[in-house]
Amino acid sequence: MSSVSKAVSHQVMWNRLISIVEEQAQALVRTAFSTSVREAGDLSAGVYDAKGRMLAQAVTGTPGHVNAMADAVAHFIRRIGRQNMFEGDVYLTNDPWEGTGHLHDITVVTPSFLDGQLVGFFACTAHVVDVGGRGFGADAHSVYEEGIYLPIMKFAERGEVDRTLVQIVRGNVRQPDQLIGDIYALAACNETGHRRLIDMMREFKLVDLEEIAGFILDNSLRATLERINALPRASASGSMSIDGYDREIHLKVKVAIEQDRITCDFAGTSGVDAKGINVPLVYTKAYACYALKCAIAPEIPNNAASLAPFEITAPEHSIVNAPHPAPVALRHIIGHMIPDTVYDALDKLLPATVPAEGAGCLCNFQVSLRPAADGGLPKDAPRAEVLTFNSGGSGARPAMDGMSATAFPSGVMTMPVEATEQTGPILIWRKELRPDSGGAGAYRGGLGQYMEVGATEGYEFDFQAMFDRVNHPARGRNGGGNGAPTTIARADGAQMKGKGKQFVPAGTRVLLAFPGGAGYGAASDRDPEAVRRDLARGYISAEAAREIYGMSQDRIDAVMAATERGETI
Amino acid sequence: MAQTIRMGIDIGGTFTDVVLEIGARAFSTKVLTTYAAPEDAIVEGIHRVCGQAGIGPGEIGQIIHGTTLATNALIERRGAKTALITTEGFRDVIEMRTESRFEQYDLNLTLPEPLLPRQFRYTLRERMDAQGNVLIPLERSEIEALADRLKLAGFTSVAVGLLHSYQNDAHERMVREVLAERLPEAMISLSSEVSPQMREYERFNTTIANAYIKPLMKSYLGRLEARLRAEGVNCPVFLMHSGGGIISIESAAEFPVRLVESGPAGGAVFAAHIAARYGLNKVLSFDMGGTTAKICLIRNLAPKTARVFEVARSYRFKKGSGMPISIPVIDMVEIGAGGGSLAHVDAMRQIRVGPESAGSEPGPACYGRGGERPAVTDADLTLGRLDPANFAGGSIPLYPEQSAAALDAAIGGVLEMDAEAAAFGLSEVVDENMANAARVHAVENGEDLSEYTMIAFGGAAPLHAGRLCEKLGVARCLVPPGAGVGSAIGFLRAPFSFEANRSVYTRLSDFEPGKVSALLGDLEGEATRFVRTCDATSPIECDYKVYMRYRGQGWEIPVPLTREDAARPSAERFLALFETEYTQLFGRTVEGLDVEIAVWSVNATTPSQPATPVEAVTRGRTVEAPEVRAILDPAIGQRVEAGIIARASLESGAGVNGPAAITENETTVIVPSSRRAVRQPDGCIDLSPKE
Repeated sequence: MSSVSKAVSHQVMWNRLISIVEEQAQALVRTAFSTSVREAGDLSAGVYDAKGRMLAQAVTGTPGHVNAMADAVAHFIRRIGRQNMFEGDVYLTNDPWEGTGHLHDITVVTPSFLDGQLVGFFACTAHVVDVGGRGFGADAHSVYEEGIYLPIMKFAERGEVDRTLVQIVRGNVRQPDQLIGDIYALAACNETGHRRLIDMMREFKLVDLEEIAGFILDNSLRATLERINALPRASASGSMSIDGYDREIHLKVKVAIEQDRITCDFAGTSGVDAKGINVPLVYTKAYACYALKCAIAPEIPNNAASLAPFEITAPEHSIVNAPHPAPVALRHIIGHMIPDTVYDALDKLLPATVPAEGAGCLCNFQVSLRPAADGGLPKDAPRAEVLTFNSGGSGARPAMDGMSATAFPSGVMTMPVEATEQTGPILIWRKELRPDSGGAGAYRGGLGQYMEVGATEGYEFDFQAMFDRVNHPARGRNGGGNGAPTTIARADGAQMKGKGKQFVPAGTRVLLAFPGGAGYGAASDRDPEAVRRDLARGYISAEAAREIYGMSQDRIDAVMAATERGETI
Repeated sequence: MAQTIRMGIDIGGTFTDVVLEIGARAFSTKVLTTYAAPEDAIVEGIHRVCGQAGIGPGEIGQIIHGTTLATNALIERRGAKTALITTEGFRDVIEMRTESRFEQYDLNLTLPEPLLPRQFRYTLRERMDAQGNVLIPLERSEIEALADRLKLAGFTSVAVGLLHSYQNDAHERMVREVLAERLPEAMISLSSEVSPQMREYERFNTTIANAYIKPLMKSYLGRLEARLRAEGVNCPVFLMHSGGGIISIESAAEFPVRLVESGPAGGAVFAAHIAARYGLNKVLSFDMGGTTAKICLIRNLAPKTARVFEVARSYRFKKGSGMPISIPVIDMVEIGAGGGSLAHVDAMRQIRVGPESAGSEPGPACYGRGGERPAVTDADLTLGRLDPANFAGGSIPLYPEQSAAALDAAIGGVLEMDAEAAAFGLSEVVDENMANAARVHAVENGEDLSEYTMIAFGGAAPLHAGRLCEKLGVARCLVPPGAGVGSAIGFLRAPFSFEANRSVYTRLSDFEPGKVSALLGDLEGEATRFVRTCDATSPIECDYKVYMRYRGQGWEIPVPLTREDAARPSAERFLALFETEYTQLFGRTVEGLDVEIAVWSVNATTPSQPATPVEAVTRGRTVEAPEVRAILDPAIGQRVEAGIIARASLESGAGVNGPAAITENETTVIVPSSRRAVRQPDGCIDLSPKE
């Protein structure tokens, strides 16, 4: 092959590998059973060379798996042993420390063979709805209570599925058909990727991936290092305090920009918690790395080389490096707060780059509905479990408002209310933007949202809350105001907590207000036109326009009158 | 009996294409689209083709019209002053979208603005549950008070989208009644009529889009009719819709959102008709123009359809960056890859092509009109695929040195390559992008492209189709004549059709045959009535389809039913059909799970036009090309001596061995070294492996 052809074919093959992992991820979305995968996109997929180095990762998916995926295959190679790997094998695990942070994530790895030679691997991860144990929640005291544990092992050897393993798994979970269905979906999506890879290798007459891996990794590393080395060499510390479960959690980080690398160390962060909100290091690495990549090298695709210069460390037994057997089911709550913690430090190093704090963790809740004892429904009226994903506001950017009701850093989607109400006797009475919740500023934080949740007549329910920012709203940057905090209460006036399972009797509703993102820059610097627009649209109240942004009553009246007349502002 | 003289008119972004057919004779022209009054270009085109054919406008028997005006009005936000009326608590559904970011690594991401700002979205106290039972009754006095506010604000169009109205439309109808009394000047669109499907974000957005463009489209269609009458055209005018069929001008004015993407739909119908001539059951249609490439799967002569698509993507054609429209539509992938797509080198030293396009002004660098960045056409020229002296029949001179300079500056200089290598890289990357889009689309549909035949049309497609086939493992490709006005020809091949959809959740464990056949009967009645407004006599066929899934899954798959299944439905039969389709898509079924039906659909259609079968010539007799030129063949990686021959000089059965270039006015068919081209009796060029 001429050198020109070779240069062009490298371009084409890199493109192709990225497309292959995208096909792999799409195959998973379309066949998975768990809502978290198919509706919310809580998954990832990647391709690796024979050494276990990740060459490409699908953009479909969520940042929480970024590094976890990059590291996973190395663990599989070490545990299984190359000499024990055969064509037709499928491996799996849900080890929180060698997978992606909690037992609810199943990682499946498939070796790829070409003409009898091991040439690479495919891996994918998905968040499944149930793995037995106490169910999805923060209430376990150790990982043993959180569900069945599957160490790195073979799911299939030479095409033969391990029936014993399947039986054990089925016997330990609440919805065995769905879980086994999801594992098959994971295996099938790797198979899709494998077939495409082999097609590509035959088309380009490759016997291994060495050369193309070198091309991808060299270029990615060089591009990443160029970005890093263009930054000022300095270090800074950041911190953030959040609600936690029963006690406040303090997150601390030191970010240092050095020659050829950026380090993030979480020394000083609170210790392991008694409840299941602890974070294995792999998940901390994922979100810290994601935060840095967004700020420094957003368009460089994820692979072993582009991730390597970001070195993330945390002291063992801190809540962001919780060792086995700490409970970790809800590791996402703190995990989702890590980017804002990193940005607290990074803002000191790279001014006008990162946003103000946002809602951070997703505002998820699970509702378990059952007929109330005296509700007049037949005894066998159906019960239902409903999990929903919702988002508060994101933080204002250095030159843009924050995004309202939009997940950051998580990459998941919400579900339509009409679809949610089809799944059980739940009623969502309200789901709309929350005015005045975006932190004030030259650039305003994104708005959070209101929700009201009840049940159809005769039903009562348990409400599993997974919220933070009740006592710690998103903090403004550069003089910007804080976002509004989370509030949660019962319509009948009873108090509720931000986390944990709470009973709601028939006939009442849960009133939720999800947090807004914080503002950026002083409110007095906000463009008056933007204030008028916000008022006309009802993003802010007349009171906020007057008190916070100093708009005169005459102007406020004029905006309101123009709006009644149907004029756009 | 005199033959009906028919005319197809496609208003595109740049050109308005007019095609006239008198029996087997066809006449066509392209006129620059006149945005201020689109009917002007139409009239100009009508006169031109009538002149060519030597007929008067009064002799035209039928006009089928498709237009990008509806799409453009949505993209450019040029719609009417529109209000939304929705259920209390749900004012912001269209603004909150899916609450996700379509690009995860961009900290400065801009979300698309909703079609209506928040102050134009009003709520009423009312509520239905998921089964359509009234939880909070709607008070008439509340609607009256709201109507007065809307009047004061001067809205000319109103969208009504209430929660769960796909189950029970009583409240939406009540709103319309009151508005008709109190606000007679406004046009009303109800979500239970525009898009009666579950999922409020899609349904509300679709209804708003309909309301938003309704005054504009109604006025345009009214003007068009009047203008045609004034020009002496007295025939009926019908509209092409996004699902690949034809509807009456009245239906189009009522549901203009159904006109979105009607042009590309016409292209798919065009390809389907070619497929019918050749008896091809698995076809990949490939339509590559100046800005985008569109790829569509055609199974058993029917383009694949979907229920939701996205328009007005605001961020590099990225999924999620546009607005969802849930109407029956021909399912296509559209990517930013056309002749004008521009290239650059990114931080990883990777060549990137599109979606940014040079457009017609300044155009690719080789047009010599000030374009400084290399476009796909510049690569095609540099690699010898185009003759600089003979582009567009010689009417547009091309400047190869400008292409080389642009390629050097943007790619060669960065990657230490010469202009030729840069062009090679650019061309391979854009072909790879299209191949990847086609592969992902095939995977999503459980199809293996190696069994497919490609049908390529649009100005840039013949230059790239051969290479695309090599990349996709597609053996055969047909390049039809008239490819430049393919959509307008497609309009003339489309049947009258209307698809009625409804969301009614039904578990198979809970299946009531009586209810099911009644529901399908209702949908059949609705769809048939629409078709009857266009055609009073033709027989009408109905296709029945349900969208099914395992309970707990998020994606439904389409399951076609026979007339017998629809008339005498049974849970066992539905399960068997579902399992067959599921296995086809995903390889296996899942045991022990309940199956449910989410959406019911009936498509009523008149018979499609019979295609005259073509006796395909496989080998043909080889003709020698009069001249040769060195053209780079990407599969070989170097220049090869290619024969150059005019398409017009090829007789039926003439064969040309690759490497070759078959030239015509609007484009050039590139025959790779691996292929042989044979001109077919109907004028198509067949590209197949040499063997």
